[in-house]
Amino acid sequence: MNAPSKPNDWSAFPDAQGRFGDYGGRYVAETLMPLVLELDRAYEAAKADPAFQGELNGFLKHYVGRPNPLYFAERLTAHIGGAKIYFKREELNHTGAHKINNCMGQILLAMRMGKTRIIAETGAGQHGVASATVCARFGLPCVVYMGAVDVERQKPNVFRMNLLGAEVRPVTSGAGTLKDAMNEAMRDWVTNVEDTYYMIGTAAGPHPYPAMVRDFQSVIGLEIRQQILEAEGRLPDALVACVGGGSNAIGTFHPFLADEGVKIFGVEASGHGLETDKHAASLTGGKPGVLHGNKTYLLQDDDGQILDAHSISAGLDYPGIGPEHSWLHDVGRAKYLTCTDAEALEAFTLCAKLEGIIPALESAHAIAKLPEVAKEVGKDGIIVMTLSGRGDKDVGTVADALGMSI
Amino acid sequence: MTRNRLTERFAALAAEDRAAFVAYIMAGDPDIGVSSEILAKLPAAGADIIELGMPFSDPMAEGPTIQRAAQRSLAAKTRMADVLAMVAAFRKQDDATPIVLMGYLNPVLFHGFEAFAAKAAAAGVDGLIIVDCPPEEADPLADALDAVGVSLIRLAAPTTDDARLPAVVRRTSGFVYYVSVAGVTGVKEAVSANVAQPVQRLRAASGLPVAVGFGIRTPEKAAEVARLADGVVVGSALVDEIEGALNSGSNENVTERVLSKAAELAKAVRLARVRDA
Repeated sequence: MNAPSKPNDWSAFPDAQGRFGDYGGRYVAETLMPLVLELDRAYEAAKADPAFQGELNGFLKHYVGRPNPLYFAERLTAHIGGAKIYFKREELNHTGAHKINNCMGQILLAMRMGKTRIIAETGAGQHGVASATVCARFGLPCVVYMGAVDVERQKPNVFRMNLLGAEVRPVTSGAGTLKDAMNEAMRDWVTNVEDTYYMIGTAAGPHPYPAMVRDFQSVIGLEIRQQILEAEGRLPDALVACVGGGSNAIGTFHPFLADEGVKIFGVEASGHGLETDKHAASLTGGKPGVLHGNKTYLLQDDDGQILDAHSISAGLDYPGIGPEHSWLHDVGRAKYLTCTDAEALEAFTLCAKLEGIIPALESAHAIAKLPEVAKEVGKDGIIVMTLSGRGDKDVGTVADALGMSI
Repeated sequence: MTRNRLTERFAALAAEDRAAFVAYIMAGDPDIGVSSEILAKLPAAGADIIELGMPFSDPMAEGPTIQRAAQRSLAAKTRMADVLAMVAAFRKQDDATPIVLMGYLNPVLFHGFEAFAAKAAAAGVDGLIIVDCPPEEADPLADALDAVGVSLIRLAAPTTDDARLPAVVRRTSGFVYYVSVAGVTGVKEAVSANVAQPVQRLRAASGLPVAVGFGIRTPEKAAEVARLADGVVVGSALVDEIEGALNSGSNENVTERVLSKAAELAKAVRLARVRDA
């Protein structure tokens, strides 16, 4: 298949049917279809309403703590010995990751729509914690679906969600991980159509979620633009971000899509290696298909059944990816690299020691590929990497992997 | 044009003034051998139409019962080719009972719409219900199915409003499937009082028979709905029998239990309007 040609106007996507090229769309049961269409109308109206945007910006500033810094990672730059590396410090947000940018936008929208109950899915628990946080802040009941396996391996986050007043429902169907949690959240939604708002945590799902979550996360890229111009007087040569569902990445990339001089790199998790069946690299190791409301690249077997993903990082442990990434991959606007568990672990400890920042294991995947990107942009180049979350949640996993006990 | 067993069957039942009993089982549950045996014997037990589930790893619209059925089927290594072979084998002994495949889009998309449609038609499949393919996304699949004379059966739901109705019934044939409750299969119970009006609205909009499913478990409920609709779909209650037999630990025959439940439901549907008269 020939790659489709690049569009002249990147901001024109998705189209009215929620399509990014061949990807995206609205593949949901008829029961949900009217709700998805209602959400689309409500979001379009909110987007165009200065009062909504003003309210959101106020909460992002005073509650989330935005803008967060763009930080010159001087010692890591020296260590790698190439391009200048900046970190966009999403891990400094309230709750410790980029997830809250999206949750804040969606909860304001849910309330505007008159919804009185919030449901969410979570893998590592970061989106669950962010959802529980905004629900506590605005006094709405919150049910978080989480795979039973993830509940076991992310106990501190389960406790945090409970502290914040959310009910965590362990999901035992399937493999008991993120995709099963998402199935169960959709089952809840289809059962409680009147009062319930489904707060999806990544830039995937039926339209308008991929576009809406991207828009709420684009605050990352918009701030980078302004901050790098202040710091360097020019745009960066490359952007780097880790990709599971891909919300921090699309939020970083989207405001730069039209800037041809800015190279874009996403980093997928290749787990134990692409040659094994234990990875989460949907673009590099998957095929286009339909799951969870959208058409996108998916890990699947030779009969169209969805495979379980694997990554040491629970936040990247998903067999799909947001549809806009599938499209950017096909048209060649973004390049997607892969990073193994072992490479991510090494980057995790390196970043802690050189910069005094313990990154999330998800973000460590992006850090691990900085030498490769630095080589590509050359010594005078500037790279901005989104440090999507902090790694406190991962210290147990990392200790286990390194054979240490806490 | 191939003959349309769905149209023939609904016409024959209308002449008898009774609703169709539509029995759902999951292909390959608990394995292909047993489910083929159940399939072969369902017409004699009173099934007028058979819905055969295509197993999928992520059945988002199913309740726990049918989720577990899909997991058993996949654990038994059921593949799409096995499902179609099951239908082809059934057709050798029964050329009248319509078979509708029900499942999710990805496995069908994976095999390619045209290729899948051709194989399904050759096997003797009469219709396809794809839960996660709303009318907005259905044209490529509908084109492929139209070309081989297989019906694409649409779902309508309690949330389907008048504005959407024309889109929902466009390019549909065979029958329209009314999802009687907002929810997943086999959990909430249908309320007959809430079924009558939507069934009439769908009949008028589509000019097709309307079958009702997603909340019918008992003979009593099946009879109530049979007085209002052209077809009554029962799935989870039959699949529960399979699971019950498997879990009983005895040598209880899985096939016998399912068929006996099917016969009970079929009888209730057959007699529903007789008692009315």
